Amino acid sequence: MTVLDQPSPATSVLARRGDVLLRARELGICLAIVIVFGLTTLKNSGFAGVLSVQQLLTGASLFALLAVGETMVIVTRNVDLSVGSVLGLSAYLVGDYFKHNPHAPIVMGFVIGIAIGALVGAINGAVTTLFRVPSLVVTLAALYIVRGFLAHVVNGRRIESDSIPEAFQKIGYKTVPGIDRLPWLAVLVIVVVAVVAYTMKSFRWARDVYAIGSNPDAAALAGLPVARRVFTAFVISGALAGLGGALFLAEFATVDASGGTGYELQVVSAVVVGGVAIFGGSGTVFGAALGALLLNMINQALGALGVSSFWTYAVAGALLLIAIAFDRWVGLRVALRQRTGAGGAHVV
Amino acid sequence: MSSDTAVAPSYEGTAVAPPAWRRLLRWETGLVFLLIAVLLYGQQSSANFFTTTNIFFIGLNMGEIAIMALPLTLIVIVGEIDLSVASMLGLSSTLMGYLYAHHWPIALCMLGVLVVGVAGGALNGWLVTGLGLPSIAVTIGTLALYRGLAEIVLKDQSVSWSTVKLTHIGTKPVSGTQLSWATLIFLLLAVVYGVVLHATPTGRSMYAIGLQSEAARFAGIRVKRIKFLLFVLSGLVCSFAGILWTLRFATSRFDAGTGLELNVVAIVLFGGVSIFGGRGSIVGVLLAVVIFGCLQTALTLQNVDAQVQNVVTGGLLLFSVIVPSAPDAFHRLRSRYMRRS
Repeated sequence: MTVLDQPSPATSVLARRGDVLLRARELGICLAIVIVFGLTTLKNSGFAGVLSVQQLLTGASLFALLAVGETMVIVTRNVDLSVGSVLGLSAYLVGDYFKHNPHAPIVMGFVIGIAIGALVGAINGAVTTLFRVPSLVVTLAALYIVRGFLAHVVNGRRIESDSIPEAFQKIGYKTVPGIDRLPWLAVLVIVVVAVVAYTMKSFRWARDVYAIGSNPDAAALAGLPVARRVFTAFVISGALAGLGGALFLAEFATVDASGGTGYELQVVSAVVVGGVAIFGGSGTVFGAALGALLLNMINQALGALGVSSFWTYAVAGALLLIAIAFDRWVGLRVALRQRTGAGGAHVV
Repeated sequence: MSSDTAVAPSYEGTAVAPPAWRRLLRWETGLVFLLIAVLLYGQQSSANFFTTTNIFFIGLNMGEIAIMALPLTLIVIVGEIDLSVASMLGLSSTLMGYLYAHHWPIALCMLGVLVVGVAGGALNGWLVTGLGLPSIAVTIGTLALYRGLAEIVLKDQSVSWSTVKLTHIGTKPVSGTQLSWATLIFLLLAVVYGVVLHATPTGRSMYAIGLQSEAARFAGIRVKRIKFLLFVLSGLVCSFAGILWTLRFATSRFDAGTGLELNVVAIVLFGGVSIFGGRGSIVGVLLAVVIFGCLQTALTLQNVDAQVQNVVTGGLLLFSVIVPSAPDAFHRLRSRYMRRS
């Protein structure tokens, strides 16, 4: 019973056995992706077609990008619910910038998007760490404040594709020469995932993030700058959501006040499905990105099987619940084995 | 309400009772002043503000939100959260339309919806107490799941209730009064919740759970059972709110009440319920409901867009968590500054 009441020992054991279990998790997701893809292709051979795979990767790219930032926040035992709204805000403002500066270099679109996202992330992080209030409440408020502000700015207008530079739109639909299934958008996101994954593994400040999530009090006593690291995680999450906004614009070439609505649910779900512990302290961005791919693939598979296109939210919610329940079950088993000593699991 | 709810946890750990002036400095006192200010602002902004029709409409607009805020108050006091309230409302409204379209009698439609509400609440409660999962993660999951189920049930269709006589409940005042049915139900429920929370052992034990769940368990309080029942209660009440919503708009759509969780959470926290659990009162939530209702109507009378009104709601939500934490944050910053110099 006491085990049930204390989530942290179980998860810290998970973190300790870390690599083995996590690698198993990522393998598991890869397996699930292959199975879903295989079964759907059996039923509908068009699912493996060039256009379909391209669509799959493009669709998953945005979610994977947001999932990377969300992972950093969740690892610190916080949550960022504002990512969808930040993406919408960034997408519209970047579009508005191009509308007024038709000859601006396209890199400015990314710079502006990232800056807007980082700014909102910084506000989220500052309020959370300065006042020590739950990030859930702060980012829930931010979700609606940002969306409301956006609605006020947009005022019913819409950015059309003719005001967005052709070169910028190409990022959204052009594929890598030679590999006609791989869109540039996906390449960009894979690079971001790789860079952040390397950072999270190799840099001391990034390892701090895991320590903070495992046990915030212990991390503070050990002299880690807890507030600064949590703040940084929020800024990165915001910045990536801002970048996501620029890419959203490139992909859809049109945007109104509703871009990215509800994305936060799918992103949180993808992250948790990808093996990032909701209690913080463990999980990889690689897993989270795979989680986003799996989630997106299931949705598109349902569409390809003609089930319905109305399953998106239900799938995201159900997978999230199954993933956290599964993690809990594994954690409890590990803790139980350790207590009875049966597994000889006293690995320190 | 008795003064024992006023024992501010900032004094916990010390044996000294708070000085008398600190007792007056309660959150609820501030809300009373704020309410007066909002009423004055409303009166200034429109001549129609204090008319009986407007008061009726304030009650009508706030009804479902206010009703859902009551169980959430208890849930936050025991240190948990339920973000799935608005999705449960949407699922109920959708399901009610689905059953009605399949020629169920109206009474059975409602009963079916309430049963689903209990089941949805029980799922939340079981995941939180049975599996020991954090309610934040669980109810973000069910927020998506229940809305998703609603979408699957009705897809992009809508069911009209306009020929049903019972929809008068949603649009006409209770005969002889200027109150909507939802307002009346809310007021009755608020009295019940107030009595249970502030005047029964169960209510007192909820504060104990919120302040120190472990200690409460050792003191013999059935922590898990109470938490589980609160989630079930929340599911039931939210599905009931879904019925009221359906009758008010005389239509069932899957996106009914999307985003209302912001308003419900904002009202509870603005009412002085601590997000860390163990603190808060029904009176505070009642005041918050009235303030939100007046503010919303004043903004609507000035043609402020609903999405832009969310900025105000979100701002008030931030305000209500920042203000109680501000003194601590100030002390921390000052001591850090002193250490440096």
